[in-house]
Amino acid sequence: MDSHAIDSNLNFYEAKRGLFSWIFTLDHKRIALLYLYSISLFFLVGVALGFLMRLELFSPGGQVMDPRTYNQVFTFHGVIMIFLVIIPSIPAVFGNFFLPIMIGTDDVALPRLNLFSWWLYIIGALMALGTLMFGNGPADTGWTFYAPYSVTSDTNVSMLLLAAFVLGFSSILTGLNFIVTIHRLRAPQMPWFKMPLFAWGLYATAWIQLLATPIVGITLLMVVMERTFGIGLFDPALGGDPVLYQHLFWIYSHPVVYVMILPAMGIVSEVIPTSAQRTIFGYKAIALSSMAIAFLGYFVWGHHMFTSGMSDEARVVFSFITFLVAIPTAIKVFNWIATLYKGSIYITPNLLWSTAFIFNFLIGGLTGLINGALAADVHVHDTTYIVAHFHYTMFGGTIFVFLGALHYWFPKIWGRMYNQKLAYWALGFTFVGFNILYGAMLTVGVKGMPRRYYDYLPQFEFLNKVATVGSWILILGILLMIYNLIRSARKGEIAPRNPWNGVTLEWQVPSPPPLHNFDRPFILSENGPYDFSLLEKINEVEQKPLDH
Amino acid sequence: MGYYKVPISGHNRDDEGSKLGMWLFLFTEILLFGGLFLVYAIYRFKYFEEFRIIAEHMDITLGAANTVILITSSLTVALSITAMKKDQDNIAVLLLFITIALALAFMVNKFFEWNEHIHHGLVMGADLFNNLQHGEGMFLFLYYFMTGLHGLHVVVGAIILAIVIAKIINGKITKDNYTFHENGGLYWHLVDLIWIYLFPLFYLLH
Ligand code: HEM
Ligand SMILES: [Cu+2]
Repeated sequence: MDSHAIDSNLNFYEAKRGLFSWIFTLDHKRIALLYLYSISLFFLVGVALGFLMRLELFSPGGQVMDPRTYNQVFTFHGVIMIFLVIIPSIPAVFGNFFLPIMIGTDDVALPRLNLFSWWLYIIGALMALGTLMFGNGPADTGWTFYAPYSVTSDTNVSMLLLAAFVLGFSSILTGLNFIVTIHRLRAPQMPWFKMPLFAWGLYATAWIQLLATPIVGITLLMVVMERTFGIGLFDPALGGDPVLYQHLFWIYSHPVVYVMILPAMGIVSEVIPTSAQRTIFGYKAIALSSMAIAFLGYFVWGHHMFTSGMSDEARVVFSFITFLVAIPTAIKVFNWIATLYKGSIYITPNLLWSTAFIFNFLIGGLTGLINGALAADVHVHDTTYIVAHFHYTMFGGTIFVFLGALHYWFPKIWGRMYNQKLAYWALGFTFVGFNILYGAMLTVGVKGMPRRYYDYLPQFEFLNKVATVGSWILILGILLMIYNLIRSARKGEIAPRNPWNGVTLEWQVPSPPPLHNFDRPFILSENGPYDFSLLEKINEVEQKPLDH
Repeated sequence: MGYYKVPISGHNRDDEGSKLGMWLFLFTEILLFGGLFLVYAIYRFKYFEEFRIIAEHMDITLGAANTVILITSSLTVALSITAMKKDQDNIAVLLLFITIALALAFMVNKFFEWNEHIHHGLVMGADLFNNLQHGEGMFLFLYYFMTGLHGLHVVVGAIILAIVIAKIINGKITKDNYTFHENGGLYWHLVDLIWIYLFPLFYLLH
């Protein structure tokens, strides 16, 4: 094709210039960065709201806001973190950037759809922000929009629901794009079971995005209709059924937790072999366990509703299937540990972020088993224990991996190395602060402190103070990390092609990659994606660069 | 200095890939409506009698006419694709125009039907409606919601077919490159298919 007469000495930043070359780009790498910058922005907004909530909970009684504002803050915090940050996070940023490179091609299958997804994301984000300005203030229902309160609240719930609808659409289209990409564009020498595990994680995720998101979309639309026409779909005062809403909501919103975690597990499955310099243990088991989790994930939504009114039979079945999910999850963890065991481990901040993930996710997962057990859940339901549990999985799990991935692929994306020393410090603060904050919330929750309250009984004061101090350390760590990465992206040492000695395809292209990704034929092993006997051959390229 | 062209490029034309994308999108559409069908089933089960009684007010003739219209339009779309394959552009365009005309006829019918109901006060907010049983109101609400959402899909489908026409005229869709045309047709069949389920649920089940 004609437009391809592009010099491979130019990286994808230099190939084109100007604002429009970014916001209307069809290049998967640029779209990834558009997502990265928008998601990071919203992440910081979400963090600021979290900071405010913790400030409010520093002492009993009102501190910095009134109860209604507190409700609006945790709702906005939840909606931002879920719909604007964590759902798109890894697929839209690292999936977009690295999936095509890792399977040996030059773009996703449907580039225009890819750009459209980002625009939908921006439109959805603007709609969500619009609730701050239009109507009777932002929603105060909690991110779950439970009926009947979401029907009767006088705040601007409808617009937020429509925003979530649009964001869901964006997520669906990203998933669709990845499925087509993986089916159609894998390199000829790369059959399914020779794909990098990150691609497997994205593939399983994409199916969930595709098959679960429409349900929540239509459900949220139903709430909008209910608010507009007062018909009594979900509002019991009008003869509706609020439990029906919960079913419809969780049919999506449980599977979506795997949209959040499966790509993260995929990334950990990349970082660990590279750090241990050996092939992954149990490749097929890890790949297929992603699919198993995706599949089982459809049948466990009832565990969010143990106290909402369901038959005992249903509750026992949901509880049992929930336990089953632990099996494929544990398969992954054991395989990661087995890969590290007796490997020649290179300790880098990348690896430590991944091990911090394993630690946090262990707590998140084990506390999850307690919620999954019927009898125990009745006691911890709707306490800050639950809040701590899902922060351990989503924040300590997915977001930690997201930040770790930012370090792992940093040299590839920006072509420079980051400051390792600062990176260790940032990770240290983040990890310690994180565990103080949510460890304290976990404990105070077991003691009975309810969630979503702006006030609490005096006996909870000590642990709440601990939690708030933890949040300061945590935020300090995050800010330090951001400072380090931004500074390094501009001033860091120039990165080689393969700083961590990886063998997957992204380490065989220049850092940062040229517009069409590859500047020479890539090397693939017969023995799967993590064959480190190829390392020498791969690294030869760097020693005698062809074009420079 | 050139660049290395990967063996399987995302910038190549890939008809299979485009069709796969369309099929996946159709899955999501079916699930979107699936949520509504589920709610319909639940409330029909709960208010069996009331659903039955209020359904008597539906105009079966108009509904049946619209069913025939949509099925015919599915046929004309399919024929237009066949015509395209045989390089008969003019016939393909003509058949697409007929399809869009049928879509228009469907919407006009729909308009009169809704208008009639609204005129009689069988609509959210009207006094008559407020005095109905809850189940009856629910039926009407779901009727407006589901056929309304479907109507929106009819409009979108017609717009897509109009784009297909434009592309044929501009020579962008040809005998050897008609995937966009096929995808437009697939979408149109989905619109038809959903109606095939809506029709009995709202008009025929008494
Ligand atoms: C510095 C970071 C963060 C802090 C200090 C923080 C703090 C909090 C607090 C105190 C609450 C509970 C309020 C209550 O129930 O009374 C909360 C709720 C929540 N957080 Fe965070 N959080 C942070 C980061 C995150 C991240 C990264 C995510 C997800 C990726 C997240 C997702 C949520 C969700 C979904 C809720 C529930 C909102 C609701 O109840 O509707 N948070 N957060
Ligand atoms: Cu769940």
